[in-house]
Amino acid sequence: MASIGAVATAPLRARKAGENSPASIGFLVTLWVAVAVAMICLLTLLVTAFVDGYPRLDGALFTRYSSRVIPETAGARAAILGSMWVIGTTALLAIPLGIAAGVYLEEFADEQRWYNRLIEVNLQNLAAVPAIVYGMLTAGFALAIGLERRVVLAGAIALSLLILPVIIITTREALRAVPAEIRQGSLALGATPLQTVWRQTLPSALPGVATGTILALSRALGEAAPLLLLGGLVFVSYDPNGLMSGFTTLPIQIFSWTGQPQEEFQELASAAIIVLLGLLLLMNALAIIIRNRYQRHW
Amino acid sequence: MTSLRPGRSGPPDGPSIRRQSPRYGERAVMALLLAAGALSVVVTVGIVVALLFPALDFFREIPVWEFLSGTRWAPTFADPSFGVWPLITGTIWTTVIGLLVAVPIGLAAAIYLAEYADPRVRKVLKPALEVLAGIPSVVYGYFALVFVAPELLNDLLHVEVGTYSVLAAGLVLGIMIIPTIASLSEDSLTAVPQSLRQGSLALGANRMRTTLRVVFPAAISGIAASVVLGLSRAVGETMIVALAAGTQAQVVSSPTTPGQTMTGYIAQTATGESTPGTLTYNTLFAVGLLLFVITLVINIISIRLVRRFREAY
Repeated sequence: MASIGAVATAPLRARKAGENSPASIGFLVTLWVAVAVAMICLLTLLVTAFVDGYPRLDGALFTRYSSRVIPETAGARAAILGSMWVIGTTALLAIPLGIAAGVYLEEFADEQRWYNRLIEVNLQNLAAVPAIVYGMLTAGFALAIGLERRVVLAGAIALSLLILPVIIITTREALRAVPAEIRQGSLALGATPLQTVWRQTLPSALPGVATGTILALSRALGEAAPLLLLGGLVFVSYDPNGLMSGFTTLPIQIFSWTGQPQEEFQELASAAIIVLLGLLLLMNALAIIIRNRYQRHW
Repeated sequence: MTSLRPGRSGPPDGPSIRRQSPRYGERAVMALLLAAGALSVVVTVGIVVALLFPALDFFREIPVWEFLSGTRWAPTFADPSFGVWPLITGTIWTTVIGLLVAVPIGLAAAIYLAEYADPRVRKVLKPALEVLAGIPSVVYGYFALVFVAPELLNDLLHVEVGTYSVLAAGLVLGIMIIPTIASLSEDSLTAVPQSLRQGSLALGANRMRTTLRVVFPAAISGIAASVVLGLSRAVGETMIVALAAGTQAQVVSSPTTPGQTMTGYIAQTATGESTPGTLTYNTLFAVGLLLFVITLVINIISIRLVRRFREAY
């Protein structure tokens, strides 16, 4: 395809058939400007956070708890630990469910059945539901079953529901990329459909599933909106120590510090932003490494 | 060839390969997989139920019409008033400003990446856009409050805005949805077959005409869907508007004034004191229900758009 395209456009470019007209050049310059604006925004954002937060990126940030009154020595210890608890629990809840649903929809669901079509349409809708609505759902659910809504488990449920559609969709894409011959070969050798999925299809799709799942978890790590609905535990001064423990997370802590009028709190917020972005960068790098090293191309 | 199934010792249990042992374990696993798939439907039903019941309690006290048409939003005042229109205007302003930023830049970036960019440039720009997409929205909110409002708007562009304004929130909202629009539009532009471009170029059109008159219209369904998805993200985005748009629920008439959006109200009230069962708590869910219905309608439009204008190549 590409080589045919090159052949077709080469003589045109040689004759410069209208490629250098003012309108053409103006159009290209407009495109450049647009791309440049987007990149400048990204750079400015990163530089702003880094310059503001770098002086506060000290040991206290990792070892001290937050404080209402003395921002100079306050830290994000509870928030960092809280984020880890919540994301760990979210992973335990969302990954098995998401992969199971993805396997069902891609490998076993009969598209002619009305309930399978319902699940399809429903997934498309769920992927676009505002994050904050998942928080309201979890708050209502927690109230209905009598679960305290300010605990790690409630936060993890909210974030799991939020990223479940993403995990399901990426699992399906990874499964779809596995060639049919692998399944046919396995079935021909006498494996049952389920054995085929468990021993052949799913292991082949695992790098793709892992990449998508890590990216979904990194979205959960940065998300604060649904957790706001679970109650405003912002000045937590203890380490979360279980599923039923109160918690705060990095994004919530950043939100709360940014909203404070004192400048010191905003510095603290930008230092926490650097930590959050660093964690996200690590997760994304892991996803890229898995994708590049283990992804198979058939 | 005594047994049709290898790996089995003992005599074959029948002449037909269809007759198998029942494999109850496998059936149980299949049922579990189906249950996981069905969970998404349960979640949707759960959302509707969780929003509807407190909202119904709310509408028992405040008539629906008063809620939708009232122009004063003051749920916690001594003289309370529950007209949701101010929150809607706040949402409309931030969303429209956001789309005014994101649609031109996002589409231009998509066209550049799909039609013009050198592969080496693409290799740098695409990951950069992915980074932009991966930044948490609370970081964008910080950016709006600490940089865009005081430094960019006030000092650099000399636009008089206070600490909070729908303008700053909308601009940053736009930056946040640029990658959504750019990457989905780019996908649909690259999906247009090469033969269409070649045909256009062969007829003497230059690259700009080819792009604007042939490739762009051919990809319009995907591009429209990307814009609609951007719209739905802008309406539902919470952290940026909660930090940068302000907490004054008023009918917004100018972009430089503060205003509160639907999501902003939910965030503010949720972080304050809201005991389940009280009117304040139910108000939260009434606004949440409205938000859910609006985004649902937008999503349905998006799915319809893709179906109606999809060109099959």
